[in-house]
Formats: sequence, C-alpha cells, structure tokens
Amino acid sequence: MSAMANSYPQATWRLPDRGKVAMAGLIIAESAIFTIFVVAYLFYVGKSLSGPTPREVLETPIFYTICLLSSSLTIHFAAKSLARERVGAFVCLWLLTIALGGLFLYGTAQEWHRLIYEHGLTISTNLFGTTYYSLVGLHGFHVTAGLIMLLIVAIFALAGRVRAEQSRRVEVLAMYWHFVDAVWVVVFTVVYVLGR
Amino acid sequence: MSSNAITVPGVQIDEKPWVDTLHEWVTTVDHKRLGILYMLTALVFVVLGGVEALIIRIQLMHSHNDFVSPEVFNRMFTMHGTTMIFFVAMPVLFGFANYLVPLMIGARDMAFPRLNAFSFWLTAFGGLLLYFSFLGGSGLYGAGNAPDVGWWAYAPLTARAFSPGHSSDYWTVALLVSGFGSIGTGINIIATILCMRCPGMRLGRMPLLAWLNLVMSAMVLIAVTPLSAAQIMLLVDRYLGGHFFDAQAGGSAVLWMHFFWIFGHPEVYILIIPCFAFLSEIIPVFSRKPIFGYPVMVAATVCIAFVSMSVWAHHMFTVGMNSYANSFFTITTMAVGVPTGIKIFNWLGTMWGGKILFKVPMLFSIGFLFQFLIAGLTGIMLASSPFDWQLGLSYFVVAHFHYVIVGGILFALFAAVYYWYPKMTGRMLSERLGKWHFWLFLIGFHLTFDLMHIPGILGMPRRIYTYEPGRGWDTLNLLITVGTFVQVLAILLFLANLVISYFKGDRAGNDPWDAWTLEWSISSPPPAYNFASIPVVASRRPLWDLKHPEDPDSRYE
Repeated sequence: MSAMANSYPQATWRLPDRGKVAMAGLIIAESAIFTIFVVAYLFYVGKSLSGPTPREVLETPIFYTICLLSSSLTIHFAAKSLARERVGAFVCLWLLTIALGGLFLYGTAQEWHRLIYEHGLTISTNLFGTTYYSLVGLHGFHVTAGLIMLLIVAIFALAGRVRAEQSRRVEVLAMYWHFVDAVWVVVFTVVYVLGR
Repeated sequence: MSSNAITVPGVQIDEKPWVDTLHEWVTTVDHKRLGILYMLTALVFVVLGGVEALIIRIQLMHSHNDFVSPEVFNRMFTMHGTTMIFFVAMPVLFGFANYLVPLMIGARDMAFPRLNAFSFWLTAFGGLLLYFSFLGGSGLYGAGNAPDVGWWAYAPLTARAFSPGHSSDYWTVALLVSGFGSIGTGINIIATILCMRCPGMRLGRMPLLAWLNLVMSAMVLIAVTPLSAAQIMLLVDRYLGGHFFDAQAGGSAVLWMHFFWIFGHPEVYILIIPCFAFLSEIIPVFSRKPIFGYPVMVAATVCIAFVSMSVWAHHMFTVGMNSYANSFFTITTMAVGVPTGIKIFNWLGTMWGGKILFKVPMLFSIGFLFQFLIAGLTGIMLASSPFDWQLGLSYFVVAHFHYVIVGGILFALFAAVYYWYPKMTGRMLSERLGKWHFWLFLIGFHLTFDLMHIPGILGMPRRIYTYEPGRGWDTLNLLITVGTFVQVLAILLFLANLVISYFKGDRAGNDPWDAWTLEWSISSPPPAYNFASIPVVASRRPLWDLKHPEDPDSRYE
C-alpha cells in the first residue's frame, strides 16, 4: 500500500465511537419494537368486550414518573463527573440513579398488585389487560435490564475499578438509560393520558 | 496428538488434530470464519428447503396426486418458505457482508467480534429449533409436528384452538431467536462501516458493497424488529392467555397481517439490496469500467429503503381495505420501481462501451438483470390493486416472487460465489462446470417459473395440495416440475464444483480478476489479521491507483 500511503494525512482521520454508534443502532431497533406495541395499544383502546376499563382502574403514577425522569438527570451528571475524574461524585450520583430506578419499579409493582388483587385485571382478562401489561411490562423489562447493568457498574465502582478512562463506556450505558426514560414519556402519554 | 506431524525435508509443519480445528471454528470470533460459517449454515438449510420444494413439486406434478397427505403438504410449504427466507437467504447474505465488509473498508475485523459470533450462533440455533419441531412439535397433544400455518402464520391459524401442540411455538421462537441474531449483526455492520474505515476511506469513497450493506443493516433494525414484537405478542396470546389476535375477545386478525407485512415487505429489500451490492462490484470489473453513476446508485438505494417501508399493505389488497389505503399502497409500490429502474440503467450504463468479459460471475449477473427486470414488471402488474384482486393468492404471485428470489437473489448469489470463492479458498472455481451450471440452471429456472405464471392466470390458487383434471393445469404443472429437476441437477453440479475446486482448482493468487477493491490486495485466503499494515486510500478504486500510478483515480475524484 506504500503507493497510497503518503497521500493522506493520517493524524486528521477521525471516526465516531463504535460504542455510541452501536447503542444508537440498538435504540433505533428498540424504538421500532415499542412502536409496534404502542400501535397495538392505541388500536385496541376502547375495544375491550368486558371490564374493567382504563378509566375505572388506572391511577396516574405521577410520583414514580418524576423519580424515573429525574434519574436521567442524575445519570447525566454522574457520567459528566466521571469524565472530570470526580469519582466520588460519580459513585454517589450513580447509586442515586439506581435508587430512583428501583423506586420506579417498586411503583409499577405496587400498581400491578393493586390492579390484580383489587380489580381482578390480569393479562388475560380483556384487551385492555393484554395491551396494558404487555406495553408497561415491556418497558419495565427494559428498566430492569438497565438496572442490572447499572448495578454491575456500581459494583465495579465501589471496588474502585471505574476511573475516568472508562467514561466513554459509562456514557454508552447512560444513552440506554435516557432511552428507557424517553420511552416512559411515550408510554405514560399513551396509557395514562390518551388511553383514558 | 503430535504423532500426526508430517515432516517435509527441512521444514516441520505440525498438522493440528481435527478436534483442535473444530474447536477453533466453534469458538472463532474472526469475521472471515464467521462469514464462512454463515454460508455453510445456509448451504445446509438450502438443501433442506430444496427437498421440501421438491416434495411440493412432486405432489403437484399431476392432478389427484397422493404423494403426500394434505397435512404434510401444509408443513412442506410452511417450512420451505420459512427456511428459505430466514435460514438461507438471510444467513448467506450476512455471511457475505461479514466476510467482505471489513476487507473492503480496510479493517482488521468487525467492530464487535464477539457480538458477531453470538449473532451467528443465535441464527444457527434458531434454524435448529425450527427443524427440531419435526421431533418435538407434537408435544403432549399428539397434534401435528412441524409448523403448518404458512410462512405468514396468519391469525387465527396460530391460536391455541387451531394450532394445538407446539408446532407454532417452534416457528415463533425460532424466528424470534434468529431475529435477535439479525439485529445484532445489523448493529455490528453499521458500527463497522461507520467506525472502522481505514484512513482516507470517506463515505463517498467506500465500495458500493459497503454502502449497500449499510443501508440493508439500517433496514434490518427497523423492519425485523416489528416481526419480533409481533412474535412476542403471539407468545403472550398462546401462553399467557392474551387477546392480541383473538377475534372472539375483540382482537384483530388483520392487525397481525399488518405487523407481519410491515416486516415482510422491507424484508424483500433487505434480501435484494446486498444482491444489488454484488452486482455493483462484479459488473464494473467484468466490463473493465468503473461503476456508472456512483452517487446516484447510493441515492437510489437509500430511496428504495425509504419507500419500501411504506408499501407493505400491497400484500393485503385481497384482505379488503378501504379505497384510500388501496390507492396509497398502489402508488407507493409503483413508486419503488423508479429507483430500482435507475439502478438497472446504471448497471447497463456501466456495461455500455465496456470490454465485457463473459466469465461465469458476469453470466449470472447478466441473467440477474433480465430476470429481475421481468420480476419487477410483474410486480408493477400486481401493485395495481384491481389486478391484484384477480390474481392475488394465485400461482401468478408465486411465480412473481420466485422470479425475484430465484431469478434475482439466487442468481446474484451465484455470481458472488464465483467471484469471491477464489478469495475465500485460494482456488478458482472451474469455468467449465460453472458454465454448465449457469446454462442448466437458466433453462430449469425459466421452464419452472415462466410457465408458473400461466396456471395462476388460469385460476390455480396457491397452497392447494392437489387439483382436478381438465382445468388446463396438468401439462403446465408437469413441465414446472420437470424444470425443478433441471435446477436440482444444476445445483448438484454447483456443489460438485465447490468441492472439486477446493482441492483441485487452479491457484487464484491475490487478484485473479484484476479488480480494484481492497480485498484483492491481500493473499487468498486472507491472513487472520487481514492487513499487515492498515491501508490508506485516496479514491474509490485503491487498487487501480496502485496498478496505474501514472493515471490514478484520485486525480479525478
């Protein structure tokens, strides 16, 4: 390749970070999956042949929504702190993110418990049950997967193994977490605002 | 096992025991080996899918035939369709992408080698799962074994009441698993192309093969995922008592059709775009001219990808939609023919005034051009919804899409195999056997699929296991089946060529076709690390620049 070698200044050759590109790809793919579930939810709004209906049983989870959305802020500042080598701040904000995510999951669990035991709504009760548990459950599954990944990083961080040079990887994980939060905005709008 | 060592005077080469070689292949993360594994997997499944096609054709050879029962016939066309799309076409195209993309953009491997291996094994085990249904599908109920719901698996056929046992579950889970594999590979190809290019390889200088695979991978992310979502819903219905597609509880069977075809139609383009990519590399080399209209080619591809996302319901004209939907999908379907036509003109423009070498890869490419054009024309016919009401779900449609898949995709794949086999093995495929293969396959193909249009026009519906005599279908069906056997003969010659040439073919050397892209700059087969030093490129044809320093392309781009 020597004939070609001297024609290009190699130092100026910059390419995007592969971790971020791959996470962007995953987010696009996941968005398509969620789109299909959202379409199914909206298509079946009001088409259940029997009760209970969303208007009768759903309560808007405002507190837990605030928890999840603010965890986007904490993870953003956690990643930023790590990039600036402030590891202590990173660990605190990271653990706070996990706590907020965990609180959100607890909220979902409580809501499901109430729906199942007080209102008798399960996934097989009617179309509302099928679409509601599928859509909210799919999101909850993504929150759980995210929490597991956050926990793994937290374990390494508490063991003192996460330093500034890992901040790009942490940012990739933060992208995923932002995505999970953004999806909740859509799910919240569809289920608790439009769907009633 | 060192006793296996062979001694050559002066040199000692340790021959590895076969267990070690097998272990290396199973645990490999090398993109070239994974590419070959993808292709070998596809080769196994193409034989299985081919046998199923033969069973279908033998059954339909004459009226009132009882070669197989109606139940077995249903399983055969379901498994044939599912196998050929998900476990032949997808893996072999991913195999080529895996093998060629890093070599062509001057990279040492894919962006995520372990994800690559993971994706391959998901695909391979997805296929195994599908075929395990022959053993495990009847479950506890003593019902039928392999899936028999058609490759669309329309609701309510897949409901528990109509599909007891596990056959539909094997179908669902196999496609879900291989779908995750496809998404992994799609992400990997995108990350490789965007982040692993060698210095100087700007997007506008990439070989068209890399460009088209980038577009294909983006489509995989958007189009395969709706199928995964629909499969999850189907599992919820079958296992958790959900009602997504359960019309008795207010669910909609038509919603499944939409979800399936939102995947199903872009899927056709996911399969054909890599074939366009092969053509865009092969035709210039055998016309001894650079590709005509490189930027237009890229733009047309992106345009096809974009438009093809909004054509899906042309598969549903016969289901009954309102006239607005019918008009919309008729117009978009016809519109997608425009960028496709541009591509055909570009390939013809590349050949125009070129010094055409009629080697086997070029023969298959020219066959592709003619057949893909005809397939496109019958596609335009079917895009017109009133015409589709008449011929939808008939053998005319079967003939149309086999013209695309066999006459288009398979011909392009044969061209690609003849073109890159020397790079992968270091040996040339036999030209003589190759020409026999080409002509026999061409004759068999046209005998089968040209004639198949006619029983469709005469009213023969698809998916019937037999028919009455005296409708004018008998002779045609017999000839179609004869054509199938001619194709089988050609495929056997091809397989023989693959094996014989591997041991006895002429040595290929680095660059047997005097080509211009980076993969031909290194030895055949390439070393594990691909490039000893990462190349630096200054134009779209780096090897031309290297061979013609007095008149490099970089002067004009």
